[in-house]
Amino acid sequence: MSEFKDKKIILEVKNLKKYFPVLGGVFSRPVAWVKAVDDVSFHIYEGETFSLVGESGSGKTTTGKTILKLHEPTSGHILFEGKDISNYSPSEMRPLRRDMQIIFQDPYGSLNPRLPVGEIIREPLAVHKIGTKKEQEERVVEIMKLVGLRPEYLHRYPHEFSGGQRQRIGIARAVVLNPKFIVADEPVSALDASIQAQVLNLLLELQQKLALTYLFIAHNLAVVRHVSDRIGVMYLGKLMEVADTKELFDNPLHPYTQALLSAIPIPDPDVKKERIILQGDIPSPINPPSGCPFRTRCMYAKDICAEKTPPLVDIGGGHYVACHFVKKGGKVEYSKS
Amino acid sequence: MEKEVLLEVKDLRTYFYTEDGVVRAVDGVSFTIHKGEVLGLVGESGCGKSVTSLSIMRLVDAPGKIVGGQIIFKGEDLLKKSEEEMRKIRGSEIAMIFQEPMTALNPVYTIGDQIMEAILTHQDVNEEEAKKQTIKLLDLVGIPDPKKRFNEYPHEMSGGMRQRAMIAMAISCNPDLLISDEATTALDVTIQAQILELMKDLQRKIGMAILFITHDLALVAEMTDSVAVTYTGKIVEYSDVRSIFKNPHHPYTYGLLESIPSLLSEKTKEPLPAIEGMVPSPYRMPKGCHFNPRCPFATDICRKEMPELKEVEPNHLVRCFHPVNVKEEVS
Ligand SMILES: Nc1ncnc2c1ncn2[C@@H]1O[C@H](COP(=O)(O)OP(=O)(O)OP(=O)(O)O)[C@@H](O)[C@H]1O
Ligand SMILES: Nc1ncnc2c1ncn2[C@@H]1O[C@H](COP(=O)(O)OP(=O)(O)OP(=O)(O)O)[C@@H](O)[C@H]1O
Ligand code: SF4
Ligand SMILES: [Mg+2]
Ligand SMILES: [Mg+2]
Repeated sequence: MSEFKDKKIILEVKNLKKYFPVLGGVFSRPVAWVKAVDDVSFHIYEGETFSLVGESGSGKTTTGKTILKLHEPTSGHILFEGKDISNYSPSEMRPLRRDMQIIFQDPYGSLNPRLPVGEIIREPLAVHKIGTKKEQEERVVEIMKLVGLRPEYLHRYPHEFSGGQRQRIGIARAVVLNPKFIVADEPVSALDASIQAQVLNLLLELQQKLALTYLFIAHNLAVVRHVSDRIGVMYLGKLMEVADTKELFDNPLHPYTQALLSAIPIPDPDVKKERIILQGDIPSPINPPSGCPFRTRCMYAKDICAEKTPPLVDIGGGHYVACHFVKKGGKVEYSKS
Repeated sequence: MEKEVLLEVKDLRTYFYTEDGVVRAVDGVSFTIHKGEVLGLVGESGCGKSVTSLSIMRLVDAPGKIVGGQIIFKGEDLLKKSEEEMRKIRGSEIAMIFQEPMTALNPVYTIGDQIMEAILTHQDVNEEEAKKQTIKLLDLVGIPDPKKRFNEYPHEMSGGMRQRAMIAMAISCNPDLLISDEATTALDVTIQAQILELMKDLQRKIGMAILFITHDLALVAEMTDSVAVTYTGKIVEYSDVRSIFKNPHHPYTYGLLESIPSLLSEKTKEPLPAIEGMVPSPYRMPKGCHFNPRCPFATDICRKEMPELKEVEPNHLVRCFHPVNVKEEVS
């Protein structure tokens, strides 16, 4: 049972699609479309961490960026605090940027190498014209302390910092405006094990102190389990399953989720797991399989899976599954084909 | 049940002479791999894992130099071999696979031609036989439709398939030792599981030994028989895989194991017991034990002297003045 049952929804995504054109021919016209996000619906409660997991290219980053309107949605709706922002223009979005921020995976590429750290963190305040320069500088010092950066480093440049520290700079920049909602896209993936724990702890601490809501994207499922309240599993631009963290790990119902979870390596030599080894590769999002996108690798696939796309349905208790053979109440009717 | 020793690395030192100073990338590393054994070499970025493997292959380029030690392979010191002799050993007796298969595969030849070429170079067979072997290998590593895939170029394949092609090439001459340097790091978990399964399977079938290099402790637990944990170019703990995970003695190993989120933990959304600070810069190594600025157990001696790698219990070596004892803590 989710403790967020009676909580407020901060973000709702309805039938979101984001297709990228594949250009070709002499006129560079679209000859095909990459269906990066293909009819995705979910909601996020205020104060929770909702995570997206799934294989490379499944559309996690595109979902996160489209929600922030860093990509224009192809169709569908994005409701932030009840307002439909899917058709907002850049100037209409500007005031909302204070509330919606992003942290990137690459702590190197996402920081301007020519600006000292103090300026990098102050920039959003300047853009939004918040306070006097002196107030902004005070705020920067405050935020640097909060994320565990020594304020005396104010005048140093990004290259003088380690990967973990650079990620702290990225986080400082994201929280300096006191946002409500942050998309954290693989925030610890590039970091060493001993530094990952430090940054995860910081994200958890900030969430509590600043009442943040996270859309967390990561491929390390042990990390995702540690930080998330609820999880959505993506495959080829579609959501396959959404559930509370504990429910998803204890009772995965979608065949893809089952394979994904069984593939997680366990840091204990005494635990020998029964693996579901998937055959083949993830198909191309330019030409996804008809029907259920997972059917080409699914051991339970039947004729209907090629004919009809299974909708994501609530099987009860906030557990959603998109498989023809998972019924209400979690009754499973699949069998090996 | 003493097994035959295949590779013995003794006090290996590989240094880089850069403009900013000397980087002691590998600084007195010793380990042994027996026939058919999987040894894990685990540690954080920059601790010298790749340089160790390149040293074994004698592929260290300037400004790097192997400045000391021995690499005894099948009883002979590789550091005394001529370049010509090394060329014969590479790819036939010792093979290597990397994180990025494109560094091992040539983009302008089909994968079939490349594997065939490797077979023709190292084995006394004709083209027809080499082609037959190649197709068999592609099939063995789980590449579907190997006859057709024979004619594909590396860029036409997915990451997972390229990784398989590289493995096929690496095992084409039945090497005694396979060095796998982060070979599955860039892959998705479901593909990683496929490749690891394949490696285990091949290891059992052809009995090769593996030097398994990774920064991922979970993979170490899954894949290896023994483990060497490295920090700043030195081994800090070395034992069989069970002892390392069940009874870690070095504060660094212990700290790392504590800090990674566990799938079994009930304490989700709570702070992880993180190791403070970060790995020191190779140009500014602390005096004494290199881990001392981050170590909760450090005392004066740790700040003055470098501890030796010593046996604290049978077959369990630790480089620490104050080894942790998990078993004691529990009881
Ligand atoms: N700007 C773009 N133009 C064209 N195609 C794009 C663009 N951005 C993403 N794509 C494609 O959309 C699909 C989804 O990509 P996305 O980056 O969202 O995946 P992801 O789940 O975040 O993967 P990863 O785990 O590798 O980060 C991929 O096929 C990708 O190649
Ligand atoms: N060509 C080089 N010139 C200078 N220093 C080098 C060179 N190659 C490696 N080093 C240094 O040697 C040390 C060990 O590097 P190595 O590549 O072995 O690390 P690693 O353990 O494989 O790390 P990773 O997990 O990032 O692959 C590092 O400090 C690195 O900066
Ligand atoms: S020698 Fe000292 S500083 Fe180094 S790990 Fe052991 S207790 Fe810690
Ligand atoms: Mg992404
Ligand atoms: Mg390396």
